[in-house]
Amino acid sequence: MSEAIRIYVPVDAAALSVGAEAVAQAIAQEAQARGIAVDLIRNGSRGMLWLEPLIEVETTGGRIAYGAVAAKDVAGLFEAGFQSGGKHKLCLGPTQELGWLKRQQRLTFERVGVTDPLSLADYRKYGGLKGLEAALALSGQGIVDEIKASGLRGRGGAGFPTGIKWQTVHDAKSTQKYIVCNGDEGDSGTFADRMLFEGDPFLLIEGMAIAGIAVGASKGYLYIRSEYPHAIRTMQCAVLKARNAGMLGSAVLGSRHSFDMEVRVGAGAYICGEETSLLESIEGRRAIVRAKPPIPALQGLFGKPTVVNNVLSFAAVPWILDHGGKAYADYGMGRSRGTLPVQLGGNVRRGGLIELAFGISLREIIEEMGGGTLSGRPIRAVQVGGPLGAYLTAKQLDTVMDYEALAGIGAMLGHGGIVVFDDSVDMAKQARFAFEFCAKESCGKCTPCRIGATRGVEIVDRIIAGHERPKNLAVLRDLNRLMTDASLCAMGGLTPMPVMSALNHFSEDFDRPPPEALPQAAE
Amino acid sequence: MVHYPAWDQDEARSIVSSLAHLEGATLPILHALQEEFGYVDPQAVPLIAEALNLSRADVHGTISFYHDFRTAPPPRKIVKLCRAEACQAQGCETLVEDLAREHGIVVDSHHGNQDAVVETVYCLGNCALGPSALVEGELIGRVDADRIAALCGARQ
Repeated sequence: MSEAIRIYVPVDAAALSVGAEAVAQAIAQEAQARGIAVDLIRNGSRGMLWLEPLIEVETTGGRIAYGAVAAKDVAGLFEAGFQSGGKHKLCLGPTQELGWLKRQQRLTFERVGVTDPLSLADYRKYGGLKGLEAALALSGQGIVDEIKASGLRGRGGAGFPTGIKWQTVHDAKSTQKYIVCNGDEGDSGTFADRMLFEGDPFLLIEGMAIAGIAVGASKGYLYIRSEYPHAIRTMQCAVLKARNAGMLGSAVLGSRHSFDMEVRVGAGAYICGEETSLLESIEGRRAIVRAKPPIPALQGLFGKPTVVNNVLSFAAVPWILDHGGKAYADYGMGRSRGTLPVQLGGNVRRGGLIELAFGISLREIIEEMGGGTLSGRPIRAVQVGGPLGAYLTAKQLDTVMDYEALAGIGAMLGHGGIVVFDDSVDMAKQARFAFEFCAKESCGKCTPCRIGATRGVEIVDRIIAGHERPKNLAVLRDLNRLMTDASLCAMGGLTPMPVMSALNHFSEDFDRPPPEALPQAAE
Repeated sequence: MVHYPAWDQDEARSIVSSLAHLEGATLPILHALQEEFGYVDPQAVPLIAEALNLSRADVHGTISFYHDFRTAPPPRKIVKLCRAEACQAQGCETLVEDLAREHGIVVDSHHGNQDAVVETVYCLGNCALGPSALVEGELIGRVDADRIAALCGARQ
């Protein structure tokens, strides 16, 4: 019998959510029934989520994609000879030729969807560990210098230069330092961290190890939110494998450097995405935001100098060390260098992960790549950067994805999530939700956020109900100014961003005839 | 459906002591207890406080802060329904209304002896394939009210 046919079926949670597991089982059963030897590989997702489950077959002419495949299609696929790339109505052609992928510049996500996420052999075969090897040949300062040269800025949302943060921790004197990866990806509309955890976990481990070696930290913590059970399992397994293979431990890749890490699981608190509250959570306390200074780089986890970076920041590091900081900086525009993994979701026809150099416009992403709304109705609003990001109008979509360009129109890039709404959206309700969410998730430390969010819900309710609208609108604007200026962290400080953008760009939704008195919903 | 054993103080004590050596052991211990028993009984508070040299107030404070930790046995089945913006854009609020109207299932209502409870969560990271739900560790995309009701074991 000839060699087994390699078939890829994603194990990514999004693919599983639309039936990838049943497809994998059907392929195994059908292959067995037909006496065909199949090597079933569970890869990450290519990021074309509307085509999930997207399966691939390895042929002499490269990998051929089929999607979206349901378990009931599998027999027909075998009948059509898909195991050798045969024609079928679900055949999409060679994966590499798919326009949606070809248009991207995948650096961080180069292996996601390509490899078996938990195979270190695959990881190495596709260029993994080269960054760590390069780092081991440099001094700590040498590594920090490469990161500075890359222009990498924190991908969590604040956009602080990563190299400067690392320099501060590098220069701090302490017998114990820590690396903390913020994997509390709580922003609605974002899923790049999750796809990376599940699709290329060793990349994150490599990035954290490089950070540890650069600043002299021997211990790392990866904090993942509990809403991501698949990601937690994959990362825990990858950490064990990395330790067994000598990628982590007392002699990283046989060097004199020691670095090990642990996965810690969140417990359903959005605020833990704020770095100081995340540190409190790892320490075992209520995740109450800390006042800064002192900054975590000097007094972070357990009071020790700590690098806290986002998943995508650490994940960019191996490529930078492998190819050089300058090569990374050659991507992008202005003060936004490198690539940004954009996550396109909400009411959109073709949602998924798009990694591109900074500088593409929202319109190109949403209309050209995303194909407009899934409902087929006109786009009315687009929220960029998660629940604390601004709502933009369809007219503002020519803005480019870049830290400064978005800030220039009173919006923010955040973690790169884009959520599309069609014209059925009620923006007054969205403004109310922004406050409601803040009220539920506020840590409660500072008054503007704790009290302001609740008062905000009440004010928006009064406006919707038509009570003294001009006066309540004035109070709403005043409250927003206060929360922006006086909140301790971004939770209270940025909640006004979705609220004010809704009010300023969609004021007609705050001026509708009040709804008839409705019967109270059951509580 | 997950069946949890009744709270067992000795078993709880051994879970606590097996994890007490960790830096910042509180959350790992709470997760381990909840995984074993389905909730964290108030009797765990002094155990953890003693093992980690914390005050009982500190431990209670941590338990009460996080949405995940339960202090009473859980319903037999929990369906976590995402109601964040990306799922709102895909109609999750209509779904919530349909659930109440057509199936008599009120989200976040813990009254009565229900077998299944639908709880609100904010973002399951499946924002291009919403509305989404998480049921016993399994992520489900493109859900509608009928699917959620079926998952609940449906009182139609």
